[in-house]
Amino acid sequence: MPTPLLDIRDLHVWFRVFKGFLRVLDGINFAVWPGEKVGLVGEMGCGKTTTMKAIMRILPIPPATIRGGEILFGGKDILRMGQGQLQKIRREKISMIFQDPTAALNPVFKIGTQLQDVISCTSESERSLKNEDIKARTIQVLKEVSLPDPERMLENYPIQLSGGMRQRICISTALVSAKELLIADEPGTSLDVTIKDQILRLIGEIVEKRGTSVILISHALGAVRNMTDRVYVMYAGSMVEAAKTKDLFDNPLHPYSQGLIAATPKLTGGGVGEGIPGRIPEYIDPPAGCRFHPRCEHVMPICSDKKPPFFEANEDHQVACFLFQNDR
Amino acid sequence: MEKDLYRQRELSRIKEDIQRNVYKFTRNPLSIVGLSLVCMIIFIATFAPYISPHPQSAGKYVNFYETCKPPSLAHPFGTDRFGRDVLTRTLYGYRYSLGMAAMVISIMGPIGIVLGLIAGYYRNSWVDTVIMRATDIFIAVPPLLLALAVCSVLTPSIFNAMLAICVAWWPWYARMLYEITCSLKNEFFVQAAELTGASTFHILFREIIPNCLAPILTKMSLDVGWVILIGSALSFVGLGAQPPTPDLGTLVADASSYLPELWWEAVFPAFAIMLVVLAFNLFGDGIDDMLGEEKGG
Amino acid sequence: MRNTVLTVDQLKKYFVTRQGTVKAVDGISFSVEEGEIFGLVGESGSGKSTVAYTVVGMYRPTEGKIIYRGTDIGQESKRRSKEIKKDIQIVFQDPGTSLNPKRTIRQILELPLKVHNLGTNEKKPLERAEELLEMVQLPASYMYKYPTMIGGGERQMVGIARALATDPSFVILDEPTSALDVSVQAKIISMLIQFQKKFELAYLFITHDLSLMRNVASRIAIMYLGKICEVARASEFFENPLHPYTQMLLSSIHVITDKEEALKPKKVVSKGEIPSPVNVPPGCSFHLRCPRKMDICSKEDPVAIEVSKGHRVRCHLYGAKVI
Repeated sequence: MPTPLLDIRDLHVWFRVFKGFLRVLDGINFAVWPGEKVGLVGEMGCGKTTTMKAIMRILPIPPATIRGGEILFGGKDILRMGQGQLQKIRREKISMIFQDPTAALNPVFKIGTQLQDVISCTSESERSLKNEDIKARTIQVLKEVSLPDPERMLENYPIQLSGGMRQRICISTALVSAKELLIADEPGTSLDVTIKDQILRLIGEIVEKRGTSVILISHALGAVRNMTDRVYVMYAGSMVEAAKTKDLFDNPLHPYSQGLIAATPKLTGGGVGEGIPGRIPEYIDPPAGCRFHPRCEHVMPICSDKKPPFFEANEDHQVACFLFQNDR
Repeated sequence: MEKDLYRQRELSRIKEDIQRNVYKFTRNPLSIVGLSLVCMIIFIATFAPYISPHPQSAGKYVNFYETCKPPSLAHPFGTDRFGRDVLTRTLYGYRYSLGMAAMVISIMGPIGIVLGLIAGYYRNSWVDTVIMRATDIFIAVPPLLLALAVCSVLTPSIFNAMLAICVAWWPWYARMLYEITCSLKNEFFVQAAELTGASTFHILFREIIPNCLAPILTKMSLDVGWVILIGSALSFVGLGAQPPTPDLGTLVADASSYLPELWWEAVFPAFAIMLVVLAFNLFGDGIDDMLGEEKGG
Repeated sequence: MRNTVLTVDQLKKYFVTRQGTVKAVDGISFSVEEGEIFGLVGESGSGKSTVAYTVVGMYRPTEGKIIYRGTDIGQESKRRSKEIKKDIQIVFQDPGTSLNPKRTIRQILELPLKVHNLGTNEKKPLERAEELLEMVQLPASYMYKYPTMIGGGERQMVGIARALATDPSFVILDEPTSALDVSVQAKIISMLIQFQKKFELAYLFITHDLSLMRNVASRIAIMYLGKICEVARASEFFENPLHPYTQMLLSSIHVITDKEEALKPKKVVSKGEIPSPVNVPPGCSFHLRCPRKMDICSKEDPVAIEVSKGHRVRCHLYGAKVI
């Protein structure tokens, strides 16, 4: 079994606030192998973005504190790395595409300038490029994301472009420096359906071509189903299910995953049901044991007592639920 | 019975709000310093007649046995050339300065706010044009110059100095409220109130104003320092408080010609001015921290 | 035959800006019947929100008529009668900005009651507000909370309670769940449908999410750049989409079951972007992206044709097949 490219082990992240601590991440386990496309599904506030920011180490350290766990990238713990090594990883290995492309681009600089900055900071070989070469490289990068008329695009300011184009540019800047892992945080969420489809396809194609691993974060199940090989389902700071994408959608096991899938409106009709009863817990005083137990119809006494670890329910299909405790 | 339950809930929410605000305010220790100084200054201003060692020094008083004495135990800030205790006069000086600032801001603040609010809500109408052009005219002249100009045509007195500052002060509030109102006017919650048919009064004062409180209070707090400075400047050139009124600016003005020999007469009142400006600035920053950000519940 | 509650006739709303005239809504006609949920679907720039805002009275129509139960309401809400304001309500998209963050839930709910003098005789406004909260399944303790203290889904429920406070008969819902998670959305939608049946309301439901629309609306119209491309009953709309834009949109949706995949039209690769409403292409506004474009499409704007009962399309492909 080859070692995973990214391996998050038992990560705990808390946030200091007025009333105490928000215990957001409660022992996250998450792994991505080289060349894999992994989806991370969860509703708003479940901690997906916090996890990703922890990987990139861009969490605001107060008020956030890392209470335990490790994030191994290529075998080394990102959380304990020195600044130099961390910079190297950010420049050359991992990159992130943010949810809102408008906020991710600096409005007062031209696209060309911003791309040049990224390219010339990326790696040794790129840094020593001359100006003409850098310009040629920026055009090449824009062509890779199918932007029409790259020459003219360089002279534009972000405000002159549509949301879809801005997202493509963010993707292109991310790809310059992401040789091994790309984290896409809800790409296309703020865009129209047709454009979102184009963007997701684009990411898929580029990633296939280069063999980069991708973490695709989304609260929309549809996008994850079509673009990933494996999926993690996250609820209130814990991973509740991990499976091959097809297995998860054909046979969701965790009550929360089942609830999510049932609540998603379907093109074939049939209504949306009543949703999942209850509400997302407050992180200041989360439920003991399994964080989903107050809302679960299959709740058992043990659920409020101990936190369920991942049980292997089927091959390559793990569920953090005591309902599956005795299975092989 | 149910009413009591609601009362309870409301009170507990108010209590929680206060606790949260206190937390936000006290994040920065300097704000606490500011708050303490402000409290101290307000105390001094209120109780000056009772806490000063020689209250008679504040008025018409002459004691030629004690003139020009440097700081000592009996007179910690020394005495001036009339034998008056500088400490007492400084403490009384706070009274006049703070009183003037309070009057100016509490009168001109609301006037400027209401004008800006109305101009912003009726944007692009004649109301907007009239009010904002008037505002522009007043803002175009630096406040000190404007106050000087007004003062010079009136008989110099502390009351007229206050009037002059009032004239110079209201446009800043008008402009600030204009900008905030213009942007808030298009928010959905204001639209929702309009669509339901709420009266204009309700929209202006119940929907929009509560969202402006943070910048208003911060500005008022910072303005205290400014008004005192400008008032002191007016007194310094003789257009404000007249002798023997111990306004801080007058104290510095009177004493400035006797520097550096009788340094204590000028230096202590000058420090007093600096202290009050600093205090309100720090306090204003704290208010901004407390009311400013509203991210996360 | 049910009564028609709302009739919109050749509605146009143009905005004059420095960049040119934005034709947000460019000739829309549709009607909503008593007790039905009429869906309006479209991407950004389609004008669907502008239609909502014009009908509710935030904007004055540039041209065209809006008739509500026989009365012409084509004016801004300031000029409309109080009865109309009471009868037509709107739920906005973003629960974060549609509730005043400095007012308590109680004050927010009591405002419409006080404005329309409801609840003075038998019940005080407070009691009616309590009832409203209960109706949307929120605890009574929320009365004294500020909107920032409760979650997005709950805020939206307050928005719905506020809309229903005046006992309206027509509610416009502008993307009521777009900012919310799937499980919260399900709860709100099921509540909305319950209310619709219980209070016999008519809804104008707007969203960009076709999968959601499938489960909500009984009749659906799809908009592109200010014009309606196709109108049909819900089942017909999804099983037999005629307009190329409808087909493109349906084929781009990411679905989660194989049955839905089978229902989707054959993949129409969406190319290009939506043009800005300042630069509407001549002829049929969709022709630049249309995979089945013909010569006539860049010259003439097609007229809506009734292809089968209740199913109208605005496309040259069907121009010749007039019934």
